[in-house]
Amino acid sequence: MSLTVTPQQAPTGRSTGPIANTLTAGKLPRFAALWVLLGCLAVTTAFFVILAVASETGFNIAAAVFLGVVLYGVVIWVLSRVVEGTRKAKDRLVTALVSTAFTIALLPLISVAYTTIANGVPRFDLQFFSESMRNVVGAGGGALHAIMGTLLITGMAALISVPVGLLTAIYLVEYGRGKLKHGITFFVDVMTGIPSIVAGLFAFALFALFTGDPGIRMGFGGAVALSVLMIPVVVRSSEEMLKLVPNELREASYALGVPKWLTIVKVVLPTSIAGIITGVMIAIARVIGETAPLLIIAGFTTSMNYNLFEGRMMTLPVFVYTQYMNQGTDVQAYIDRAWAGALTLILIVALLNVIARIVSKLFSPKTGR
Amino acid sequence: MTTAPAAPAIKAKQRPGDRVFSTATVVSGSLILVTLAAVAIFLVAQALPAFTAEPTAFKGDAENFWQYVGPLVFGTIWAAALALLMAVPVAIGIALFISHYAPRRLAQALGYVIDLLAAVPSVVFGLWGITVLAPAVQPFYTSLTEWFGWFPLFAGPVSGTGRTILTVAIVLAVMILPIITALSREVFLQTPVLHEEAALALGATRWEMIKLAVLPFGRPGIISASMLGLGRALGETMVVAMVLSPAAVISFAVLQSQNPTTIAANIALNFPEAHDIGVNILIATGLILFVITLAVNMLARYIVERRKEFSGAN
Repeated sequence: MSLTVTPQQAPTGRSTGPIANTLTAGKLPRFAALWVLLGCLAVTTAFFVILAVASETGFNIAAAVFLGVVLYGVVIWVLSRVVEGTRKAKDRLVTALVSTAFTIALLPLISVAYTTIANGVPRFDLQFFSESMRNVVGAGGGALHAIMGTLLITGMAALISVPVGLLTAIYLVEYGRGKLKHGITFFVDVMTGIPSIVAGLFAFALFALFTGDPGIRMGFGGAVALSVLMIPVVVRSSEEMLKLVPNELREASYALGVPKWLTIVKVVLPTSIAGIITGVMIAIARVIGETAPLLIIAGFTTSMNYNLFEGRMMTLPVFVYTQYMNQGTDVQAYIDRAWAGALTLILIVALLNVIARIVSKLFSPKTGR
Repeated sequence: MTTAPAAPAIKAKQRPGDRVFSTATVVSGSLILVTLAAVAIFLVAQALPAFTAEPTAFKGDAENFWQYVGPLVFGTIWAAALALLMAVPVAIGIALFISHYAPRRLAQALGYVIDLLAAVPSVVFGLWGITVLAPAVQPFYTSLTEWFGWFPLFAGPVSGTGRTILTVAIVLAVMILPIITALSREVFLQTPVLHEEAALALGATRWEMIKLAVLPFGRPGIISASMLGLGRALGETMVVAMVLSPAAVISFAVLQSQNPTTIAANIALNFPEAHDIGVNILIATGLILFVITLAVNMLARYIVERRKEFSGAN
């Protein structure tokens, strides 16, 4: 009886107006935050447009957006504090701050991408990829020698680091135990932290002592320096990939009487090959942009050099650096070449990353699910 | 009854292929240890003459090696510390945004966008810093010295080019953002879901949940990520070499045209023209840098290792 009575009484208390929903009472409307943000941005944009018209300067979009976001933080905090209380207000403020942090990180990325493309395109032409800088003063010339050097040195570095890194990873996952495994794991971590310029100094010290030439410069030294930086990356990523191979596969192989080394070569490696190649690609992409070690041990030159073991060898990052730092009389030509080199470098790195992703998509083993 | 006598241990048949392969892996594993030892030995061997060099061998007013390297060590640590100061709060914000705020479906793509920053070569960042960032922040620096010049850090006279240690620190901060973000993101994602749900069930708002469950759990991770970022910033060369207008001074002012330079940048700028004892001096400064970064990295690893024992995630 009472069950049927109470609902009849309740509506009589509030005769007029829509029924208040207790679940949304004391809350800002659903899209309030978005509208407040848009409103704040509109206000600051209007303010800066008026300022720009009044003082006849350019429209400062960065300041408008920045102040708009700051204004949003204040407004949403005050609004929420009035309607929802202090705890909710703090939550909304933090949400605004965290989102702002993400946007701040995007700014340099967009700016770098935009300036590199805008400044790099003017000299991003056929001549840039078909000529060296030999006997070029002022405009003209290209970066063929630098691209060649980068490919040779990075290729050599990969040739050294991939076998060493991969075998070390296999040791750590399949064979290693005890102190040696612990030591290697620890020192691979330590090696990850070696500053690139120290790697360059090491290669220099090594070859200067061995050859007895106190001013030694050669491409192979650059490859050694890059290997020091690349090996720990290869070890780390391959190790992670090898660990992902299920033990059941290894045990099935042993049960069939397959020797351990063949199990590794025929079962473990093919299962994890996609991840390993991806890791290697990303490691190459990381070292291909290294400037400092190559500046020290490979030096710089304006001519082609195909011999890794003799003479100075230009590389793309060093090309960018020297073009910018040693500007000749025709300043713009040097700056244009530097930016075109930077654009090429970024494109190579991007390409390597894309290939890495495609490889991991194509070759990853089909799981049962 | 006595147990059956232990069966003789069955030894797997040792095939030549096995021996060759396992030896190869051990050798390449040991090669890493040898390389690291070689780095230390060769650097020390080439650095030794610098410690007893004549006063005339040093650039500037330095009388001996320690006077020469002093301002460089200060500049290295000062620039890296400034960068860390700017990067860590932003990185934590980004990591939280990706792990707890962004829509699930978007989160991975957003993480990838931040990783893109790590793919930009340092020389491109240097080029960007000197041609875009330095001119853009210079007016801001001018007003900063006008209004806050009484504060020692912002003391004038302001640099006319914007190529100051603060600009360098900003670029360095951008460069170490991805590594700090990536590591803290991983740690935040490992927070036990039960802790988060318990906090939410008790009526905590999202921020209170993060404060109660996520941040305490992730603190060691944040610290070690910051240390790794610091190690990266300490060793970064090209940005400092290209952007900074250097001088051999120890000064905390961040907006002047006289800035302490860093070890790495000093090597990069002077090495191509160095000869004889000058080379040894530069290698010795490199050795000091190696020791500093080694200490920072080992501290970071130590914190990570310690964290593993207490972590509820494994």
